[in-house]
Amino acid sequence: MSAAPRSASRADPSPVPVIELRGAAFGYGEHAVVTDVTLPVHRGEIVAVLGPNGSGKSTLMKGILGLNEHLAGTVRLFGEPADELRDRARVGYVPQRHTLSSSIRSTAEEIVATGRLPRLGWLGRPKATDRQVVARALELVGLSDRAATEVATLSGGQQRRVLIARALAGQPDVLVMDEPTAGVDVASQHVLADVLARLVARGVTMLIVTHELGALERLLTRIVVVDGGRVTFDGPPRRFAARRRARDHAHDTHRHDSELAAGDTAAVVPHGPADRSGQAHA
Amino acid sequence: MLEILTTDFMQRALIAALLVGLVAPMVGIFLVQRRLSLIGDGMGHVALAGVAIGLVTGLEPVLTALAGAVLAAVAIELLRARGRTNADVALGVIFYGGIAAGVVIISKAPEGTPANLVSYLFGSILTTRTSDVWVFLVLALVIMGTLWVLWPRLFAVANDEEYARAVGLPVLPLNIVLAVLTATTVVVAMRVVGLLLISALMIVPNAAGQLLARSFTSGLRWAVAIGLVSAVGGVFVSYPLDTPSGGTIVVLAVLIYIVTAVSMAVVGRLRQRRHEVAESHEHEHGPECGHEAIPHGDHVDYLHDGHRHAAHQGHYDEHGADEYGALSRDDGPTGQDEEVST
Ligand SMILES: Nc1ncnc2c1ncn2[C@@H]1O[C@H](COP(=O)(O)OP(=O)(O)OP(=O)(O)O)[C@@H](O)[C@H]1O
Ligand SMILES: [Mg+2]
Ligand SMILES: [Zn+2]
Ligand SMILES: [Zn+2]
Ligand SMILES: [Zn+2]
Ligand SMILES: [Zn+2]
Repeated sequence: MSAAPRSASRADPSPVPVIELRGAAFGYGEHAVVTDVTLPVHRGEIVAVLGPNGSGKSTLMKGILGLNEHLAGTVRLFGEPADELRDRARVGYVPQRHTLSSSIRSTAEEIVATGRLPRLGWLGRPKATDRQVVARALELVGLSDRAATEVATLSGGQQRRVLIARALAGQPDVLVMDEPTAGVDVASQHVLADVLARLVARGVTMLIVTHELGALERLLTRIVVVDGGRVTFDGPPRRFAARRRARDHAHDTHRHDSELAAGDTAAVVPHGPADRSGQAHA
Repeated sequence: MLEILTTDFMQRALIAALLVGLVAPMVGIFLVQRRLSLIGDGMGHVALAGVAIGLVTGLEPVLTALAGAVLAAVAIELLRARGRTNADVALGVIFYGGIAAGVVIISKAPEGTPANLVSYLFGSILTTRTSDVWVFLVLALVIMGTLWVLWPRLFAVANDEEYARAVGLPVLPLNIVLAVLTATTVVVAMRVVGLLLISALMIVPNAAGQLLARSFTSGLRWAVAIGLVSAVGGVFVSYPLDTPSGGTIVVLAVLIYIVTAVSMAVVGRLRQRRHEVAESHEHEHGPECGHEAIPHGDHVDYLHDGHRHAAHQGHYDEHGADEYGALSRDDGPTGQDEEVST
């Protein structure tokens, strides 16, 4: 990773986007859940992905990672077609729901160590430096004292932090995080935001699905809203905030970051996948 | 009693048992982790067809069994990777097709072989030849060597397949390797425990090991220890008792499991009574929380208003003020790992 010193908040204007979707559609089986996504993400951008439950945020993240059906359009990572990318270790992933097997006991450290494996090639074995990286990742999420604790006995928020540490252990160039802070207490969220800020300074690109901007807000360079399987807003946080203010004015009793989604015209409409009322790209 | 050790067949049997007891739990832990506990059983069925082909054609049954089981293993993983909802049914077809073909083919074998069928199904150390033992030794070494190199990756894939795929671990090749290792283990164990009981030696030691362990590596060590004791012990007692070795080994493994489960329940009850929980604890201790961190055995205590607090499951334990007192009744996060058996 060639990390030239640069401003933390400005995107790198290098010509090849880290992630590049063009007219992409993803889904499960034959059924498309997100469609027509065109999304170039450049090096150093920190993108929040917002949207109501079931809008297709996780489906979009999994699509970028090649974990579900890619039904249309193109996906390129680091300038290469995603399915031909050799060096997948450059991608880090924090899934929304942990899919860790519970039938065999394992410790937080053992789980985080699996995050290091992509960096070791097909047959390499972990060396002292790899173990240090793993220990450091646990330390960054504030779990060094639980390294030897069985993951199943950790709390929900602590388990999330184990998954974040697992992604950090791979020292990725791009981090795809699906609700990394859900269930994480405020203090830990701030610690996490500091950790991510340090990665941002190193030029790591991030795609963060979230319902609460919270502590992460200060890091963001861009906001993308997904609703009904489509991108309905894509722009800098300032413009998002302006639109949110306009919207709050309309019904200020209740507000949610992701509800801008349906567009300004439709205040009360169903946000299901079949609803195509709010597709105007901002 | 010990003179039985000098008989040739007993030596061969004990060596074969040693290999099986070592290898079966090692492979089995990944099967349990992937929730594929019974796949070894299915491969045993297919290996029977291989044995039958060997007996009819005059080829070495161990090798034809290996070929059959490995082919089935690869087919199964490819079917599972296709992710079709009927993969389950397809497995059934392969497994029962295997055992049925085995029974039919074996009936066409030369005189005297029907007795052989039973010996393959339930194991028969008396008929294990020296050449078999050599083959088993080579196969067991191949299995152990492969596991030594690949176990962190097999663990990662078995633990969280989606994540493994996202970060580019070779998931399908690793799953195929595990399936082939399972097939090979089936063949190594065939003479000692028999094709119908092989799965037991992959699963039961791990079931018992999981009662004792708090980490993957300690779980693996416990399972191997229990596997070795049951396999070697089972062969050893089956001679004076005049019982079939395969059944004896599995009965012994199950007994170890039961004894472990009961004693762990008792130990857990006792520990529960002895350990002191720090009451009303809102604060979460961590490296940067400001409280002094004191290394204590395999964990860290935090000095909190004059008390030593150690994280334990969802709460904090009081680890007291005087260090030695605290150590002697330590039940920190991993404190139960290895010591409980003593
Ligand atoms: N494995 C799956 N198979 C089939 N359909 C799925 C699967 N996972 C999600 N879906 C469907 O895709 C749609 C979008 O789901 P997705 O998980 O992407 O939503 P989301 O925006 O991440 O929601 P949340 O905020 O609740 O996490 C939903 O209608 C859901 O039913
Ligand atoms: Mg989601
Ligand atoms: Zn503290
Ligand atoms: Zn302690
Ligand atoms: Zn405390
Ligand atoms: Zn306790």
